[in-house]
Amino acid sequence: MTAASGGGAGVRADFPILARQFGGRPLIYLDSGATSQKPQAVIDAVAAHLGERNANVHRGVYPLAQEADAAFEGARERIATFTGADPRTTIFTKNVTEAINLVAYAWGRANVHEGDAVLVTQMEHHANLVPWQVLCRERGAELRYLEVDERGELSLDALDAELARGDVRLAAFAHVSNVLGTINPVAEMCARVRAAGAMSLVDGAQAVPQMGVDVEQVGADFYAWTGHKALGPTGIGVLHGRRELLEEMEPFLTGGDMISSVDFEGATWNELPWKFEAGTPPVAEAVGLAAAVDYLSALGMARVREHERSLTAYMLKEFARVPGLRVVGPPEAEHRGGLVSFTLQGIHPHDVAELCSREGVCIRAGHHCAQPLMRCLGVGATARASVGVYNDRADVDVLVSSLLAAREVFALDGPDEA
Amino acid sequence: MDDLYRDYILEHYKRPQNFGELDPHDLEAMEHNPLCGDELGVHIRVKDDRIEDIRFHGHGCAISQASASIASEELKGMSLAEVGELDADWMIELLGIPVSATRRKCALLNLKVVRGAVTGDHAWPA
Repeated sequence: MTAASGGGAGVRADFPILARQFGGRPLIYLDSGATSQKPQAVIDAVAAHLGERNANVHRGVYPLAQEADAAFEGARERIATFTGADPRTTIFTKNVTEAINLVAYAWGRANVHEGDAVLVTQMEHHANLVPWQVLCRERGAELRYLEVDERGELSLDALDAELARGDVRLAAFAHVSNVLGTINPVAEMCARVRAAGAMSLVDGAQAVPQMGVDVEQVGADFYAWTGHKALGPTGIGVLHGRRELLEEMEPFLTGGDMISSVDFEGATWNELPWKFEAGTPPVAEAVGLAAAVDYLSALGMARVREHERSLTAYMLKEFARVPGLRVVGPPEAEHRGGLVSFTLQGIHPHDVAELCSREGVCIRAGHHCAQPLMRCLGVGATARASVGVYNDRADVDVLVSSLLAAREVFALDGPDEA
Repeated sequence: MDDLYRDYILEHYKRPQNFGELDPHDLEAMEHNPLCGDELGVHIRVKDDRIEDIRFHGHGCAISQASASIASEELKGMSLAEVGELDADWMIELLGIPVSATRRKCALLNLKVVRGAVTGDHAWPA
């Protein structure tokens, strides 16, 4: 980001890992879609918690435990505020995968029956796909897919047609595709799903880190995202749920902390959100994530989004200079999150990533946990470059020169040589 | 010159030996590399308990395709008992390039699929 965009050279300097070198070359980190790097403020917050305020939460009477409680529940409030949610309906999980499994088990098993349908899209990450496959198989329900068109987008008409069949109990879709980069019209989709009497779940893993997300405006019944992609630590995910649904649902995992009382015959459940947080929660991780969302808020999410849009537009423009490079997903940066998946004619994506790494450039290659989508795209794998607040155009320039160098290693002269 | 992408590796990648279908065939198997979703299948024709002919099919990176191509020449004529004894070191040595831990499975995918076809053991070669 630039000074005008709210960060200044300070943004890059805030991320100590970016000072590392590999093979004498500076680290060019373009894999934020997999996990983001962490600013010093997050590292300090986690260290300060562990070094100064660590105690188990929720039952300690001594002052240190009260400090830990305040840190943990205070973190929940800051994190909920960041996404426009109520702290009482903001549940900490391990990651998005666990958040979606929570819904699939605690809501799905009670509400999806034989003859019902669950609707997902062809662009889902395995995290928002496999839990529904398992649920549908177990319940004798049908799993149906909204198609992705040649632009990498979904059709609202197709959504309406699916909903009109009358059997859809829940529709689950990504806010931003981790492969295509597509920003889906989730508020419109959730409204249509609700109008049809079905529930909606949005996977916001790629959205929350890079654009202002207000879960009230999105209007999903469930909205899941994860800390480590949003400058926070690993080990903490977030599930926002509609209060009435969460109240009705039985717990997902059971054990300590999620109970109100236990006797030898049974137990009653704690109130929200703790009913869904069995066992000691990720306390230091919550504190770290709160520091991360504070950091993002200070930059301003509108500016973060503009930074990533502008950088993605630049990447798309520069990629056009690389012979044989094919971008998948929407052609315009306006319709994309901050990532671009691509193939390079004649070089397998793994080899592309390997050769980029020689220049210090970190990009991902593979199926991006979206194997069904890869089949739709007619590719086995893609390479993917994804940006964060700490990237700039110079990073993209190094990536592009690495791609051109990769073509030289493979002795590819024309765009069509295989 | 690049340590990994040596000329002969790229040559095998661009023009792999013994790729395609083999019909009829006596043994076959198909394996995936979970890392990248790459697929590699094999058809094997057997005569007198030896590999008479072999063809790979599928898609993958330079390392996995070159490994299969290079291995295919060695595997022809090998007894099925010998194939069952082949281990990861055999393949890595044959390949002749330094293979990092993350690319090891790329190099070993062909041996996994061949061993699977011949012995029914679908474990990664150790």
